[in-house]
Amino acid sequence: MLMKRSFGKPEKLSIFRNRIFEEITILGVNSLGIVAIISVFMGAVITIQSAFNFENPLVPTYAIGVAVRDSMILEFSPAIVSLILAGKVGSSIASEIGTMRVTEQIDALEIMGVNSAGYLIQPKIIASVLFNPILIIFSMFLGIFGGYIFGVIAGVVSDNQFIEGITHDFRPYNVVYALIKSAVFAFLIASVPAYHGYYTNGGALEVGRSSTKGVVYTSVLILAFDLILTQLLLA
Amino acid sequence: MIIGESGSGKTTLLKCMVGLNEVDSGEVLFDNRNFYKLNFKEKKEIRKEIGMLFQGGALFDSKTAEENVVFPLSMFTDLSESEKRDRANFCLQRVNLENANNLFPSELSGGMKKRVAIARAIAVQPKYLFCDEPNSGLDPKTSIVIDNLIKEITEEYNITTIVITHDMNSVIEIGDNIMFIYKGEKWWEGSKEEILKTDNKEVCDFVYATKFMKDLKSKF
Repeated sequence: MLMKRSFGKPEKLSIFRNRIFEEITILGVNSLGIVAIISVFMGAVITIQSAFNFENPLVPTYAIGVAVRDSMILEFSPAIVSLILAGKVGSSIASEIGTMRVTEQIDALEIMGVNSAGYLIQPKIIASVLFNPILIIFSMFLGIFGGYIFGVIAGVVSDNQFIEGITHDFRPYNVVYALIKSAVFAFLIASVPAYHGYYTNGGALEVGRSSTKGVVYTSVLILAFDLILTQLLLA
Repeated sequence: MIIGESGSGKTTLLKCMVGLNEVDSGEVLFDNRNFYKLNFKEKKEIRKEIGMLFQGGALFDSKTAEENVVFPLSMFTDLSESEKRDRANFCLQRVNLENANNLFPSELSGGMKKRVAIARAIAVQPKYLFCDEPNSGLDPKTSIVIDNLIKEITEEYNITTIVITHDMNSVIEIGDNIMFIYKGEKWWEGSKEEILKTDNKEVCDFVYATKFMKDLKSKF
């Protein structure tokens, strides 16, 4: 029911367009910093762990680059970054909408004749689905870059070997798979906390509970959809 | 005016009137149009004729006072930016708020928030104004200012105003027709003069609960 109302026709297209740009800034652009830090460190850790595990002389050193590339593209960037965004963005969405509910701001929108679900939730979902794949591509690049820099500095892999690794047997479909996953996760990140925030009933305590519920349910759903989509798209 | 003890169902009744709560039975008529029998689009049209002053103001936190007033104009009119701003300034001036245009709700006092909320409610020239406890959380002096503002706006724009309150000072100041709700039911109805003379026990217990009102009664 809420989804049906959320995707109702906007009252005014110009306002709706502005709302989408606002949400892209709030939910997407403002997350660039945290995504960058996490991705660089994830890439670095994968490089060092791979080097530690590939000490066997039968495994070529460039395999470290392959491991970093595939780990970042297939799982770490789309799934782990989405889980982190579920915490950052999800709690923000649930608490913002929940606070608007308990302070009667949503009632005020309804009284004015504005479809509150459409006005508040739809731009968040669209912004998230549009911008999350960009964040994930950004994360992939930074993760691989982090792995390269730390790998070379630590001396576990040479720059030529690492570059050979990340270009070895590269499958563009893996990126497509990651982007499909990130779009689905983006929908969950925006819609599940929005639902919990929208149906908040009570006061500050309940806003906190809605925020927690939103993050927990989103995280579990991301993991479940990660499994389902992997089975559907890669098996 | 709708009066009654806390928990008697005043706000629930108001929310039923404006369509925020679904009703189990009965009718809500706006110019003989039964609100609950209208389709979504017709309900939306009626809602554009309604202004509402919420207990806490319900101003949008992320918008300034002026943007709050401009919001309904942006949503439902085709006015230019300068026309919308002029209208918002006019409404803010009407509620005696001239230098608060760029302040956010968190920077406004309780009374100022109520005045911005009134300005927002009248911006689209509603036919009906609903006020949910407009004096709650305000000092007596500011309460009188808000009461008088509601009365003036009601007369000036010729709108139907329904005020929910448990403040007897407001009833005496601005009440015309008064309805007393007791345990979720309409218990008594009459004029300001009649409520001061009624011998209905529940109404008297409510009206003369304070020493001031008891003293007032003894004088008459």
